[in-house]
Amino acid sequence: MISQFFVLSLRGDNIVFRDYRGDVPKGSAEIFFRKVKFWKEDEEEAPPVFEAMPLLVESTHLNWPCGNEDNYCYNCGRDYTDPRDSAALSQVSRRCTGQSLCSAKAWELVLCRAAFGLFNLDGVNYFHVKVAGLLFVSTTRVNVSPSLVLELLQRIARVIKDYLGVLNEDSLRKNFVLVYELLDEVIDFGYVQTTSTELLKSYVFNEPIVVDAARLPSLGPAAMFMQGNKRMPGTAVTKSVVANEPGGRKREEIFVDIIEKISVTFSSSGYILTSEIDGTIQMKSYLTGNPEIRLALNEDLSIGRDGRSIYDYSSSAGGGVVILDDCNFHESVHLDSFDIDRTLTLVPPDGEFPVMNYRMTQEFKPPFRINALIEEAGSFRAEVILKIRADFSSNITANTILVQMPVPKYTNRVSFELEPGAVGNTTDFREANKRIEWGLKKIVGGSEHTLRAKLTFSQEPHANLMKEAGPVSMTFTIPMYNASRLQVRYLQIAKKSKTYNPYRWVRYVTQANSYVARI
Amino acid sequence: MAPPAQFQRSTSSSQPSGKGEVSDLKMQLRQLAGSRAQGTDDSKRELFKKAISFMTVGIDVSSLFSEMVMCSATSDIVLKKMCYLYVGNYAKGNPDLSLLTINFLQKDCRDEDPMIRGLALRSLCSLRVANLVEYLVGPLGSGLKDNNCYVRTVAAIGVLKLYHISPSTCVDADFPSVLKTLMLKDPDAQVVANCLSALQEIWSLEAGTSEEASREREAFLSKPVIYYFLNRIKEFSEWAQCIVLDLVAKYIPSDNNEIFDIMNLLEDRLQHANGAVVLATIKVFLHLTLSMTDVHQQVYERIKAPLLTLVSSGSQEQSYAVLSHLHLLVMRAPMLFSSDYKHFYCQYNEPSYVKKLKLEMLTAVANESNTYEIVTELCEYAANVDVPIARESIRAVGKIALQQYDINAIVDRLLQFLEMEKDYVTAETLVLVKDLLRKYPQWSHDCIAVVGNISSKNVQEPKAKAALIWMLGEYSQDMIDAPYILESLIDNWDDEHSAEVRLHLLTSVLKCFFKRPPETQKALGAALAAGLADSHQDVHDRALLYYRVLQYNVSVAECLVNPPKQAVSVFADTQNSEIKDRIFDEFNSLSVIYQKPSYMFTDKEHQGPFEFSEELGSLSVGIESADNVSPAQRVEASDNDLLLSTSEKEESRGPSSNGSAYSAPVYDGLTASQTQLEPAFQNQALPVYSPQDGLAIDDLLGLGPPAAPAPPPLKLNARTVLDPSTFQRKWGQLSVSLSQECSISPQGTEFTASEIAEVDNGSKLQLDVYLDEPKTPFNDDINGFDVLSFWRSNWTRFLDVARMAHDVLAIPVSTVASKSSFSAGGHVIDKYLTEPVDDANDMADVVKHVLLMPKPNSERGCGPIGTPQASSWAGSNL
Repeated sequence: MISQFFVLSLRGDNIVFRDYRGDVPKGSAEIFFRKVKFWKEDEEEAPPVFEAMPLLVESTHLNWPCGNEDNYCYNCGRDYTDPRDSAALSQVSRRCTGQSLCSAKAWELVLCRAAFGLFNLDGVNYFHVKVAGLLFVSTTRVNVSPSLVLELLQRIARVIKDYLGVLNEDSLRKNFVLVYELLDEVIDFGYVQTTSTELLKSYVFNEPIVVDAARLPSLGPAAMFMQGNKRMPGTAVTKSVVANEPGGRKREEIFVDIIEKISVTFSSSGYILTSEIDGTIQMKSYLTGNPEIRLALNEDLSIGRDGRSIYDYSSSAGGGVVILDDCNFHESVHLDSFDIDRTLTLVPPDGEFPVMNYRMTQEFKPPFRINALIEEAGSFRAEVILKIRADFSSNITANTILVQMPVPKYTNRVSFELEPGAVGNTTDFREANKRIEWGLKKIVGGSEHTLRAKLTFSQEPHANLMKEAGPVSMTFTIPMYNASRLQVRYLQIAKKSKTYNPYRWVRYVTQANSYVARI
Repeated sequence: MAPPAQFQRSTSSSQPSGKGEVSDLKMQLRQLAGSRAQGTDDSKRELFKKAISFMTVGIDVSSLFSEMVMCSATSDIVLKKMCYLYVGNYAKGNPDLSLLTINFLQKDCRDEDPMIRGLALRSLCSLRVANLVEYLVGPLGSGLKDNNCYVRTVAAIGVLKLYHISPSTCVDADFPSVLKTLMLKDPDAQVVANCLSALQEIWSLEAGTSEEASREREAFLSKPVIYYFLNRIKEFSEWAQCIVLDLVAKYIPSDNNEIFDIMNLLEDRLQHANGAVVLATIKVFLHLTLSMTDVHQQVYERIKAPLLTLVSSGSQEQSYAVLSHLHLLVMRAPMLFSSDYKHFYCQYNEPSYVKKLKLEMLTAVANESNTYEIVTELCEYAANVDVPIARESIRAVGKIALQQYDINAIVDRLLQFLEMEKDYVTAETLVLVKDLLRKYPQWSHDCIAVVGNISSKNVQEPKAKAALIWMLGEYSQDMIDAPYILESLIDNWDDEHSAEVRLHLLTSVLKCFFKRPPETQKALGAALAAGLADSHQDVHDRALLYYRVLQYNVSVAECLVNPPKQAVSVFADTQNSEIKDRIFDEFNSLSVIYQKPSYMFTDKEHQGPFEFSEELGSLSVGIESADNVSPAQRVEASDNDLLLSTSEKEESRGPSSNGSAYSAPVYDGLTASQTQLEPAFQNQALPVYSPQDGLAIDDLLGLGPPAAPAPPPLKLNARTVLDPSTFQRKWGQLSVSLSQECSISPQGTEFTASEIAEVDNGSKLQLDVYLDEPKTPFNDDINGFDVLSFWRSNWTRFLDVARMAHDVLAIPVSTVASKSSFSAGGHVIDKYLTEPVDDANDMADVVKHVLLMPKPNSERGCGPIGTPQASSWAGSNL
């Protein structure tokens, strides 16, 4: 049961604000935003769930002494010895700052509470998720299930996106009345009613004002399970589920995206330490009349690794069988024939949703091999050699590749040397966080690329240069490639009509989640 | 159309211009109010939009109230909705003006269109104005009876809203009982879910004052209600499922079969893509199986994969919520997760709150077999660019070292950290080396050699400096430079800001003095002088104390600072186990994220509708016949057992063992009837309970007197995936990754045969089974047999006997001198001591009795285990 829901821009403006229960004091949005900002100053991210208390900067107790570990305020002579409060206080300050009481933030918390005359949390809990550069926030005073609220926030973002086609600050501002209408139906008095775009359609009457999708980087279907602001170009479907096409008639089409994010860690000797594929089959249907759909996966797909340790590679390497560690399914999916022929039957609801999420630790061939070397080259100098080999077939092209590597803190100059004839490469030395960045627009399968960087140091380097630099991390997107070999054999739409032939889009894409090579 | 963004930005920055706009808006609205011209609605929409966007950014537009209401007479539904929103927001502040809205809202409540009826009813209930409640009762009453389910869902929540405005009006109108009927009869699942939410909230708020309400609240947990919800669970939306599952987690089934039925029914919920549903299901599973150690452990194994999948799919925020729960489980039963350690490796792009959780999990799951790899991984993080995480990783390495696994390698690693010459690495490592030395003084030689090379100038952090100074004092005889380093530190006394460091400096220099007097004398004098002049009270006091003690007697002073030390065996845990248990009870709530129980962060009134009182455990359902009720006690200790002896238990479970393993919790020797229950349960052709049966639902709720004729037995629908016995077998066979990794001791293997045999004689008494065990050869080589490990590994098979053995083998420490325990003349009753005082004495008597008894006949005497105490205990026939 939640008390309020609001959407803030990254500058802290309220775009939408809805109070459901009226039991949270005014100003909660401001308190929330200040709290998030504090974390940012620490170069940390605010955890998605936290409690906060009213903040007040103006206070008479400005001389809380540093280094004083007890609960006695020297300024006002008040003794805060209530054990419950001091425990809560130290927890709060530890969570905010990771340090003891006297750091600035904990200090401010103390001040506020002192100003309120009480060491009492006001019992408001804040939840937030970041979607498309917006903060979706909700508050509650009850000990609710955190995953329920976070899931709900994520789902509200998705419903809004289904309606508006594009979710960003601009589209939200233009359509805030529609969003209020949606919110009224999604939550009543803090209890979730429905988040199905399908059901909501019959209760919502505002027409979305569509913003120009081409101009703006949009929230692709993949973005909902991606971290941060990484987006996937080329897979974005930016059509509202309710708005009609300019041509008048709605186009009958269905999109199925198999999106995999892969995590690989290479040891310094090039051996794979850990590898995992987290995949999702994402569907977005624009079919009228909600026909039933059959989605067939690899016939030899097997799920679960009975009894074997999940990292027991030796026993699973042989054969072309795809073995998933585990998977889960959307509610609309019927698994009746899944055990027999690996087909999923479902009636896709309107809007975008994940049909299936899966996780795989089976060994796979990593798409890129990274070779990194750093060695001393005379006094105050060192050379870094980065080599990348694309280990996939030559008719596939990876794009938006970025390779990053931290260099020793005392590096003050870097000069780069690319291979002769290299196109579309960018190189950069980030002075602030002492990191070299190498961007490549495209890498064709089977090719190999090298970067040499000459570092100049401001001091004599430490004996062990390897410990001062690295690891190399890499991000990329490879369209029409999937590392797990999971496939959609066919996509069948059960509608009995000869003329009915909607567009069916099945796309694969692989992205790096955490692709790291140690040196 | 002008996007609201433009004026919004200007108004949010400057309040006065907002005011001007508001009065403009007022004018325009007034002009439109009476107009019936074409296109009025469109211009009204624009104006309403403006008003609402002002409202959103926090500008007070309540002055428009009467104009807004005047404009609301329209058939345009979008316009209506905006008006409702506005009214709902400002009615509370303008109770008088709100009266204006009642009229049109009431009219809309009777509209033909169910949508309008629902909307109007919702807005009417959202006014939150106390003196208008009389207008609510009528529309709510008809709303609850409406033939459209949308209106009923709105009305159900409307009752709750009314309750919050005026509890007495709500109760007087008898709405709760209407809701109850609706909850048990309505065909629409969302109506049912809303009724449940509303009733839970109302009754838990009422419970304090009314006895009836608390009875009603308990009735939720009765078998008929729970089964009713479970049978309909697939009709509910995913969110409503969470509410139902939360309720089910509170239910206490009467026997094991019921537990398996419920788990069987809910198992497919674990594959749901919605993390909230999965976690709610896991909570049900964990709480249901608390009394069955084995199954509880299998639940852990079963939920591992779904949890890990949820962590890696979904957004970063969602995975954090799930990871926190995984963290809780890992902390409770680290052994079960020890082979999954690679999942807890940090990825470089994860936020630090995730990394911190993962580091703690890595620390917890470390054991003999994986320590090397975990520590190698942690060392990689120590060189990380993310300084806070690097610090955490070093601390994690230290914690693992203190857990006693492979210390040799770890100490080497820690010493390598010191060679990295990064300030924060050195600082953290020094603190750790200090703790290590307190636990393993035998490592001092290696550590000191390296620590001695660290220049105190490179160490700035107070904690690290204090650690270094402590080592300098403690091991000054091994470090050549110790007195001189201390001296130079004392020279800079005034630059030392941390009182902690100064305190340590005083103590260390005194320690050093006793070990190497001639070299330290000068430094000691300087330190005492500086300390006496110190402004910090504690430092001053300590210096004064040392000074006076030295004056009084030098050897006393030596005892004071250099007492004979014992190595620390266990460092205190930061959180006590009671709090941990509370958090576990509140699984799937904020408590897990905050790592503290709810009473620490919520107010009493907001502890929510789901907090049920403790005494519900004894709730009687009155449906089962008395003879197959095995008390479903919640065994508090079960989780501790899980932690202590998981690996041993794994060994003891044979691969082919089936359901019989579940008969483990035998409390009163009822084994025989229990194992035969499942087939009986299946064969009975029980009518399926359904709300349409025309049963008197209210009577079913367990309110009737116990003597009432027994209602038809309840059964969960046959919609389950597996029949109960298959399900139980499946759970019995659930693979357990641990088993391969544990080395099986020679003693352990000897019993495997008997375990398989045990499958057949499930009906035997534990003691008989135990006595029929093949004998362990009892010869001269008694040292090769560890009776304690026998009982540890066979704990699950002989729960009660094992408990007795524990009692016997672990005789509590007694203050009674051992001689008196075994001397018959010990218990002289004098005028001060009229009877044996404590249990320990009784215990000693028992032991004495057992030991002094003539050896029983050879067949039983050297029975299953070869120690005198245990065998004669068994032989004495209890």
